[in-house]
Parts: sequence; structure tokens; C-alpha cells
Amino acid sequence: MDLTGIKVKLHDMSLRDGMHAKRHQISIEQMQFIAMGLDEAGIPLIEVTHGDGLGGSSLNYGFPAHTDEAYFKAVIPKLKNARVSALLLPGIGTVDHLKMAQANGVACIRVATHCTEADVSEQHIGMAAKMEMDTVGFLMMAHMISAKKLLEQAKLMESYGANCIYCTDSAGFMLPDEVTEKVGLLRAELNPGTEIGFHGHHNMGMAIANSLAAMEAGADRIDGSVAGLGAGAGNTPLEVLVAVLERMGADHGIDLYKIMDVAEDRVTPMMDQPIRVDRDALTLGYAGVYSSFLLFAKRAEQKYGIPARDILVELGRRGTVGGQEDMIEDLALTMAKAREATHG
Amino acid sequence: MSKKLNAVIIGPGNIGTDLLMKMQRSEWVQPVWMVGIDPQSAGLSRAQEMGIKTSATGVDGMLAKVAEDDIRIAFDATSAYVHAENSQKLNDLGVIMVDLTPAAIGPYCVPPVNLVQHAKQLEMNVNMVTCGGQATIPIVAAVSQVQAVDYAEIVATVSSKSVGPGTRQNIDEFTRTTASAIEKVGGAKQGKAIIIINPAEPPLIMRDTVHCLCAGKPDQVAITESVHAMVEQVQKYVPGYRLVNGPVFDGNKVSVFMEVEGLGDFLPKYSGNLDIMTAAALRTAEMFAEEIANGAIQLPARG
Repeated sequence: MDLTGIKVKLHDMSLRDGMHAKRHQISIEQMQFIAMGLDEAGIPLIEVTHGDGLGGSSLNYGFPAHTDEAYFKAVIPKLKNARVSALLLPGIGTVDHLKMAQANGVACIRVATHCTEADVSEQHIGMAAKMEMDTVGFLMMAHMISAKKLLEQAKLMESYGANCIYCTDSAGFMLPDEVTEKVGLLRAELNPGTEIGFHGHHNMGMAIANSLAAMEAGADRIDGSVAGLGAGAGNTPLEVLVAVLERMGADHGIDLYKIMDVAEDRVTPMMDQPIRVDRDALTLGYAGVYSSFLLFAKRAEQKYGIPARDILVELGRRGTVGGQEDMIEDLALTMAKAREATHG
Repeated sequence: MSKKLNAVIIGPGNIGTDLLMKMQRSEWVQPVWMVGIDPQSAGLSRAQEMGIKTSATGVDGMLAKVAEDDIRIAFDATSAYVHAENSQKLNDLGVIMVDLTPAAIGPYCVPPVNLVQHAKQLEMNVNMVTCGGQATIPIVAAVSQVQAVDYAEIVATVSSKSVGPGTRQNIDEFTRTTASAIEKVGGAKQGKAIIIINPAEPPLIMRDTVHCLCAGKPDQVAITESVHAMVEQVQKYVPGYRLVNGPVFDGNKVSVFMEVEGLGDFLPKYSGNLDIMTAAALRTAEMFAEEIANGAIQLPARG
């Protein structure tokens, strides 16, 4: 693979997707400390939001340590070059949240829908584009549909005003050939001025390989997370990706040692658990399940004695999508009842 | 004189047609008119085949017949944009309006919680909130009737096929309206609503999770009883309204997991979200008719 001189914009997820791994409890000081480290290392875009996006603060997904507004107000003024993005899932967050984010200096909004439901994003993408924000359409769980169908949905988001479209591997299910096919088709068929992005998870150990495949197929933006801090087995670990891109001679714009230091000295010490491909995270990837279900399934195992792996496999079989965290306890209760009926 | 109230359905789409089919079984409401704006509409020709009078020029096409046909109840299943005008025109002629759009000009109506009140006060326009609201607010109310609820949150998961273009274009309206009704009707100090659309095949049946944070330790026995009693109330008009799990208690939190299967009149059974709207709307009109029949309220004077 030849990525010599290929330009890529790296987007850090540790302060948004990483919120899942931290049960949304990252402190203001930790956010500032990590964001400033990323800024100094040259990361151009940093996502800061509740793990489930603007308005994600809830019993269903978890109440965060601080509001999104408080995080924006604390982090954005500390940054010299990096810009901050926020995630928004229609059905959870609203245009009101979007306006709040913009008023607090958020430059980029990423409107995320399940890969077949792009048409719920029209009002949010339309509003962000109208406010001249960097407007991204983020198609989640993209492994669940064909490249052709993904393109149809991408075109909808593009027509609403998105200037960048993401192929999002929320379950960490994809293998490089699938990434090549999907990103390649988006690149070939969307407007030449529309950027393409790829967001990976490391549940099958493929996040780096998939990110490289995406770049080769024409992706302009790659999401990753310093030290991999993110849902499931984490996102593409940015410091590793930067080292690989350095060896390959790609134009990534990041100071390798500085980002290695942020990972080692700032992010790793605050992890609640090692971010790795453990049995349950691997199940997410293998069964094609939304990565943020991991800790919920582990908690349900603790509470109801049903193995997290069994819960996750069943969630995959039922075709659950991002945001259905409430299904996990419901299903664990139903499985516990069935077990009692069998043994009772 | 028949005890039944004559009705007009505005909007011959899926909702309007399902409503028409349910209404044909009603002892209290008689469907007489269905109006739309497209002469080619399949809904209008279906209505004609069922012997219903139709107009393809909207409400204006039947206003002259309101007195003659003794129309007393209207159901608006169109859109928030035209609802205000429809409502005004019909209210002026003494017709009670049941609003299935998100316009919410009148007070929110969730039948087992506050319908009796609306009927007794002869509210001329009542709004049916949202599908998620109809499915979950009874449960919030069941908890708040036992003890104070500081915060209530609902998650409605619906099949992709059951979500029409109107909801999709303005999904924020669902979250805002539902959250507001959780407070105003459900009785929670603060409300939050989340909607998830799932494209799985075969389509999943609507499911709803209700979480309440009580002020103080929940009275488990009383809340469980209240939730069961409320489920029975809703089952009177939506037989497929089922308690799947819960109430589960965790500190001050009460969680209830529901499933809503439709009757499969015109809409498929999985779309319990649409069924609960049409069933609640019909239930609302029936209650007005019952109160009028037993003399508790008087029919509005004809203007």
C-alpha cells in the first residue's frame, strides 16, 4: 500500500467516544489537560461531547460529570489551533442543543444517524450548514447495509448541506476490504468537494488496518482516539496510527512524540479499565453490536448473572441499533426469567 | 335520537384510514365524512367504498354539510401547519376537535390520565401528544400518583417502516412535545424523551422504556400496584399494550419496560406506535360522547 504524501486530517475522539469508557465522568481538568496536549501535538479537530452526543445526559445513557456547555466553556478557550466538534444524534439531541454548541464556539457539528435513517437529519444538518459550521453527516453501523445503500443515504445528507460524510464502523465489525469498497464508492459518487471520513473501532483488532484502507480509498478525515480511549475496545489509537503514517510517509501533520506522551502520561492514567480487546469487546465486533453497549452489558451481567457475551450476541441477532441501551437491561431481565423457568 | 356522535376524519392517509376502520366498530362515534386534498388519494376511494362521504377539497368541501349531517367530532390527522385553520373552522360550527398532529393548540390528552377532566370541561380542541407520549405517560402518571417524581425519562423505539416523512422531517418536535407532556400530564417535575428508529426486518414491535426518579425512596408495593392498574386501563383501548419487565427499583429509580402491539386494522401490528395514537384519539371522542349521552355535558351550541 502506498500512502506517500497522502494528506489526512486526524480527528480525536477521546473526549467524546472516550466518555463511554469513562461512564461520562471525565472531569473539567482532565478534559482541559488532554485537549491542550492534543492541540500542542497538532491535532486539528477534537470532539468534546457526552458519549451519546448533545442532549445525551440521561438515565438511559448516563448523567455526565458536567454539561456539554460547561465542557465547551472550559476547553475551547484553552486551544491555540485545534477546533472543537460536537456530536448530535437526532432523536436524542435537538436543534436547540446545536445552537448552544455553536454559541459556545464549537466549529464542527457531526450529525449521526443509523445508516438507513439519514432522513431524520435534515433539520439539524440544514441548520448547521446555514450557520456555516463544518457540517458532517455521520452514518453509524455502516456494516449493516451494502455500499450502494450507504451511498443513497450519504447523498441525502449531502443534499441537506453536509460538507463531509462518514462511513462509521460503530461495531468494529468491518474488515479492510469492506472499508475499501464503501469509502471507495462514496469517494467516487459524492460531489468532489464533499470530504469523506472513516470512524473505526478496534473490537476485531482492525482499526489501524481499516483506517489505512479508508485513506487509500480516498478518505480525507480519519477518526481515532489518543490511547484508544473509546467505546468497546476503543477507537483507532491515534498515537499508533500516527507512527504508522509516519513510516508510510503520509502527510498527517502530527508530532509523533508529543501525541505518544499525551497517550501515556495524560490519558492512560485516568482510564477506569484497560482499553483492550477483551472477550466482550471482541463479541461486539464479531456479532456486529454497537460499541457503547459494552459496559452496560457487563453491568447487566453483574446484576442479573447473564453472561455479557450472551446478551451481546442476542442484541446482535435482534438487529439492535445505536442508542438502544435500554434494551440491555430489558433483555437481561427476560433472559434471567427464562433461565429461572428452565431451572425452576 | 342515536347516542352516537357523527364524525369527520381529516386526512385520508394511514392514520386516518386506520382510525376509520376502528371507528366502524365504535358504539359511540359514527364516521360520516373523510376529507383530503388529493382526488386521486387511495384513502378517499377506500372511504367511499365503505360508504363514507368524501371531499377532495379539504375541510372547506364539507363545512356546508356540518349542520345537515350533524357532525359533532373531528379528527385531524394532517399536519401541524394546517391544523390551526381546520380547528378554527370546525370549532366555529360547534365541532369538537381531536388533534393527532403535533400542533398542540389545545391541552394534551392522554386518556387514562386526564381525559375525564377534558370531557367534563368540554375542551373544544384536545391534542393527542405523540405516539411515544401515549405509550409512556400513563406509566409516569402511575408512578407520580403514588409519590412525587423529580425526573422522568422515556425511550421509544419504533420500527423504521412505521415512521412517516412528517415525523422524520421534524423529529425534534417529537422529543420536545413528549418531554413537555411528561411534565404537564405525567406529573414529573422534569421530563426527557428519546426516540430511536430501528430498521430491523421483520419490523420490531414498538417498545418503550420509562425511567422515573422519585423524590425519596420509592414505595415499591404501591408503585407496582399502580403501574399494573394503569396498564389495564390502557389495555381497554389498546389490547396489545404489555408490561414486559418491571417495575425494577434501583435506589430512587423506577424502570418499566413496555411493548405496544397494534390491532392490525389498517396498519401492521408492529406499528403499535401508530395504533396507540388512533386508539387513544377514538377513545377520547367516545368519552365525550358518553358524557354527552349521560347528560354530564351539553353538546356545544351550533354557531
